[in-house]
Amino acid sequence: MSASPVAAAAPAVCAENVRVTYRGRTVVDVPSVGLASGETYALLGASGAGKSTLLRVLGLLERPTQGRVLFDGSAVRAGDLVARRRIAAVFQKPYLLRGTVGENVAYGLRLRGVKPSQRAGRVAAVLERVGLAGWQDRSALTLSGGEAQRVALARALVLEPAFLLLDEPLSYMDPLLKRSLSLEFAAILAGEHVTSLYVTHDQDEAVVVADRIGVMREGRLVAEGDPDTVLGLPPDEWLAAFVGMEPSLHGRVTAAGDGLSEVECDGVTIYSTVLVPVGTPVLVAVRPEDVTLYVAGALLPLGSARNHFEATVVEVRPQGGSVHVTLERAGVRFAAAVSRAAASELGIAPGQRVVAVFKATAVRMRSEN
Amino acid sequence: MHVYIQAIIDAFVLLFSGSGEVWPVIGLSLAVSGTATLIATAIGLPIGYFLGMSRFAGRGSLILLVNTAMGWPPVVVGLFVYMALSRTGPLGNFALLFTPQAMVIAQVILAAPLVAGVTTAAIASVPRDLRLQLRALGASRFQEAFEVFKESRRGVMAAVIAGFGGIISEVGAVSIVGGNIQGSTRVMTTAIVFNVNRGEFGLAMAWGMVLLGIALVANAALTMLQQSGTRYER
Repeated sequence: MSASPVAAAAPAVCAENVRVTYRGRTVVDVPSVGLASGETYALLGASGAGKSTLLRVLGLLERPTQGRVLFDGSAVRAGDLVARRRIAAVFQKPYLLRGTVGENVAYGLRLRGVKPSQRAGRVAAVLERVGLAGWQDRSALTLSGGEAQRVALARALVLEPAFLLLDEPLSYMDPLLKRSLSLEFAAILAGEHVTSLYVTHDQDEAVVVADRIGVMREGRLVAEGDPDTVLGLPPDEWLAAFVGMEPSLHGRVTAAGDGLSEVECDGVTIYSTVLVPVGTPVLVAVRPEDVTLYVAGALLPLGSARNHFEATVVEVRPQGGSVHVTLERAGVRFAAAVSRAAASELGIAPGQRVVAVFKATAVRMRSEN
Repeated sequence: MHVYIQAIIDAFVLLFSGSGEVWPVIGLSLAVSGTATLIATAIGLPIGYFLGMSRFAGRGSLILLVNTAMGWPPVVVGLFVYMALSRTGPLGNFALLFTPQAMVIAQVILAAPLVAGVTTAAIASVPRDLRLQLRALGASRFQEAFEVFKESRRGVMAAVIAGFGGIISEVGAVSIVGGNIQGSTRVMTTAIVFNVNRGEFGLAMAWGMVLLGIALVANAALTMLQQSGTRYER
């Protein structure tokens, strides 16, 4: 993805003390959230977590019960048409209007009174950017799902919005199309340098498109940061389960040098390339995909994997194309994701002793202070 | 069967012989119900749009009220309008009783709820997310309303046709407030009642066939609207 935004920069879009209640039930309660200019911020969370409601509030499409939204430091309201016209959105369903692709893409320009002569050029240019060059005269109702969603993206981008909302734009796509379109969307968003809020429940999609990720649970923003930290170092059990990991380990740095930190976690020593001063209490985690398993006692291949120790298999759970294996050593739990073929070859089952191997570079770590 | 055949033959003769008795009545019927439909549309469309689009406490009760009004008995509406327009009524000064204007007023009261009720359903069927999408592309309230009407235009046209169909064939209200005065307030339905009572089946059948024809055209239009086009659902 594009370079991370400067954290100290004033947010281009932010919300303060936002609370939304429906019939007495609080669906969003976020004290503060902000997007830096040009960054793509992904809001992750399960269905009903309040992501789309927060998106509608930030996009001035819904008035919050309490709180305010600021654009470039100035408070703006849902009824403010001038402010609203700096925003464009792409939703789950493209909702294309009857007519041609060109008419659909030009719709927002028409609403803004842009002259037909200027519209044509802008429509042609944006269609080229989304990979649909020359599609102006096709009927919008005969498009496939992926094509229609690209038209919806073009319809938003043609407005050159200061703030782009994307509310689960790929959730209706099949997995294959979703993967290719999320890569395309990521490239387009990075190229546009537009401040974007991308709501999704799919962490893979979020990682691909986002500079920064926020995770919502029951209306609250429970984690926020760069994708690697949020998805690689879950501070609590819920977030760990949400991202498919065991909760991060608590440890203390006992030695540092040669580009490595040595961390003691309840009797287990883990090496990380993240450098933290000796004595610092830290959170440590490793993504299951980064852990390789060997049969206990097997000869390990020579390599750069700094961490290797025996552990007991606690639970084996199929997950998509791989198998999620929960391991325990001296009360410390972590997980490995191995292919189905490898799991069957190793004969992995609860109670079995295995050797877990992972590189020091795969260990995420941050100070708890 | 003979009585029907004779009446139908007489009706055709009357309709196509250029009889001065039949066509002015048809013309007045169309003028009264057409005008009432236009006014009812002007009243019913905004109400239907508002009820279909908005979410507020009491919306359900208002929709119930409109739906109830869709089934108001014409004679009762006729009675209320008669009392209002009678010399001692609140609108007695306008001296409208037994005029086409009085008939238009009664029919507006009958048709407006029909237009509003069917429009409410049509507008409410436009997906909320489509409206959100329009707003998110920068549509003002007016532009959003225009697009919603465009998307639900079949339902809205059906509402207007339902309004017209409901009043062109009613007899209760127009006979009470119009009085079936020949050359002044006699419309097809009141003329049919009058001529049946006199045993003039041929005349009654002439207007009856025209009424049936209008009902057929209105329903054909409605059916075509319901079946035409595909609702986009993307």
